[in-house]
Amino acid sequence: MGKHAYIGCVQDLSRHRRVRDQRCVSAGVNSSPAQGAMASAFARTQNGRVASSRAAQPCRAPLRVRAVATTAKKDSSSAAASKAKLTPEVAKDLYYDMLLGREFEEMCAQMYYRGKMFGFVHLYSGQEAVSSGIIRALRPDDYVCSTYRDHVHALSKGVPAREVMAELFGKKTGCCRGQGGSMHMFSAKHGVLGGYAFIGEGIPIGVGAAFKSAYKRRVLGDESSDSVTCSFFGDGTCNVGQFYESLNMAALYKLPHIFVVENNLWAIGMSHMRSTSHTLGDADFPYIYKKGPAFGMPGVRVDGMDVMKVREVALEAIERARRGDGPTLIEAETYRFRGHSLADPDELRSKEEKAAYAARDPIPQLKRVMLEQGLATEDDIKAIHDRVAAEVEDSVKFADESPKPEKGQLLENVFADPRGFGIAADGRYRYELPGFTSGTAAVS
Amino acid sequence: MLARFVCPATTGCLGLAAQAAARQVGQWSRAYAAAATTELTVRDALNSALDEEMARDEKVYILGEEVGEYQGAYKITRGLLQKHGAERVRDTPITEAGFTGIAVGSAFAGTKPVCEFMTFNFAMQAIDQIVNSAAKTLYMSAGQISCPIVFRGPNGAAAGVGAQHSQCFAAWYSHVPGLKVLAPYDSEDARGLLKAAIRDPDPVIFLENELLYGTAFPVSQEVLDKDFTLPIGKAKVMRQGKDVTIVAFSKMVGFSLEAAEQLAKEGIDAEVINLRSIKPLDRATIAASVRKTHRLVSVEEGWPQSGIGAEIAALAMEECFDDLDAPMGRVAGAEVPTPYAANLEAMCFPQVPDIVRQVKATVGRA
Repeated sequence: MGKHAYIGCVQDLSRHRRVRDQRCVSAGVNSSPAQGAMASAFARTQNGRVASSRAAQPCRAPLRVRAVATTAKKDSSSAAASKAKLTPEVAKDLYYDMLLGREFEEMCAQMYYRGKMFGFVHLYSGQEAVSSGIIRALRPDDYVCSTYRDHVHALSKGVPAREVMAELFGKKTGCCRGQGGSMHMFSAKHGVLGGYAFIGEGIPIGVGAAFKSAYKRRVLGDESSDSVTCSFFGDGTCNVGQFYESLNMAALYKLPHIFVVENNLWAIGMSHMRSTSHTLGDADFPYIYKKGPAFGMPGVRVDGMDVMKVREVALEAIERARRGDGPTLIEAETYRFRGHSLADPDELRSKEEKAAYAARDPIPQLKRVMLEQGLATEDDIKAIHDRVAAEVEDSVKFADESPKPEKGQLLENVFADPRGFGIAADGRYRYELPGFTSGTAAVS
Repeated sequence: MLARFVCPATTGCLGLAAQAAARQVGQWSRAYAAAATTELTVRDALNSALDEEMARDEKVYILGEEVGEYQGAYKITRGLLQKHGAERVRDTPITEAGFTGIAVGSAFAGTKPVCEFMTFNFAMQAIDQIVNSAAKTLYMSAGQISCPIVFRGPNGAAAGVGAQHSQCFAAWYSHVPGLKVLAPYDSEDARGLLKAAIRDPDPVIFLENELLYGTAFPVSQEVLDKDFTLPIGKAKVMRQGKDVTIVAFSKMVGFSLEAAEQLAKEGIDAEVINLRSIKPLDRATIAASVRKTHRLVSVEEGWPQSGIGAEIAALAMEECFDDLDAPMGRVAGAEVPTPYAANLEAMCFPQVPDIVRQVKATVGRA
């Protein structure tokens, strides 16, 4: 991959040949599949694997689009390329992370129906390749911002399964001491900035964390500040005003931010096809990645059921951001195997669609590749399964046995400054009164 | 009398002779500024506070519409772009939800933004970020992620700006746990409270008043000190009295003081409390005053239902019931969206005669 090749899997190229002269197609340079192992690997996997909505065309034609990613820095792109190569360590880490996400979410379903967790719970099963592919490529000082479908993002970023499960059970040992719940996972230590119930709300927050990274460099003079933020959100969010406001400003201020659309085609029961308009010239599908170039950043669409492809695209976007070249919009084509939430009867999605995506389950896909390429043995894989099973069991046991929050916790952490509760009738601060609050305790 | 502001740290604020024409210094403003040596407009008070806090802490930055090259829609940020640079005084696109979210996210990550809304009416575009992100995240994260941000801008009625530009948001924001809500009245309030707000680790809503920007007040040397701050959560007794307590905030403090002068001529000695802090509300000061005067009137510009006066009434029931000799009186804005016509608009917001009338009724001398 000699150039700063930003390989995006552009679906249904027959359409794109027609529109390729319009510059709104994915602004990345794709070269012929002869270049680079990933390109041909992609072409291979693409053959015969298309879902019903796409024409059965191999993704092979060179796209003549103008390169938008700026200066071709050979060093960084070859660094990205070498990182993209799957080593046994990386492959096993990805497999472990995806499997942990899956087993954890399935356990959540069980626990929910047994009454151990409650309220709104939105499971991520099926989408693991996006979380693992992107987040495992980040550094500890990078940030992740998510939505209510955030358990697995938190796990991938390193929040211990115990803490996430305890949070879901509403126990004081949870990562937010039981005060956040399923939709509000936060971890300052791991750079997880939430956990938001309102779609679109987390995107400007993520851009803000990227703003801080740039501010640290440009104003506070810390040349080494290059931490990156990834905001995850869904297809429905891409019609919310805050998405566009964020795209605009992230590009305007050239911020180290990555917009990741987990396009699973459904927003509760609203199909993406019914809610989103097509780009001019497209007939078949409302592509979201195309909105990136309109705001001055590359947009790329990737097979979100293939963790290796996701990882490759992520590494490129992360390098771009760290270099100071600004944001990227990644549209990951993915699917949630379960309903929108555990309360969703999920009656509107067709059996055929579900079966087609089940056949593309990212976890068996990676297992096959690992065995084929000799990156892991059957024993290695079994060991990972055992490890994950033990970890999930342990997290449930830990959550079960953990105590509920004490009453005094109710009034803690409303303000960082406890004087914010005001002054009582006797002139003392209210928080000083006996029994009022036990103060701003740290999360242990 | 020229308004002259002397402070070495803020040379950008010179040239204030033009302000003199806009001044309205009543005799009551001298009554409390005992050691006053300088006249300072509210605008310059805010400007100097911002300037000093930005010089003091380089994590502080300002963002908003027209704050930079335009020198501020109301000139509050005049000179700051030139002094501190474009990275720290950022003109944003017209995109409240987006830039407020960015400001909040950057505060989560460790900067200290001052987010200006051209008026708080426009903050409604961003209220999700203010309430759901800024206010609630410290709690949801159990203390891990704090939000040291200030949201500031003009609040309430201006003059002839119509229904969509005239609303008072004190009640809305003071309802939310996790926000601190401040409402300065004079220049001392503006300087001290804004500096305190910027230094505060929590999200602060700072409700200014457009019509007061040009008003000059006498301030003491202490107020001009670059470390002058006022405590958040403490009200100020502007005028001592023994017959009735009048509680107000922002521009209504000035009207209440004028009303108190008129009432004094009729033998009614009113105590006027400037709330300064809507949340946390200084219940102790109000209760102590009512213990002394036994009568209570609240004054606000905003609509009556579920307004600040309603909260004061609840406070009166809860803490002052046995001290009250009469039911509490409430003066508030008319329950209508603000009309444009000048004579109608004048009927919408409390004027001094309205306050006088209500106080007389409460005191039993209607």
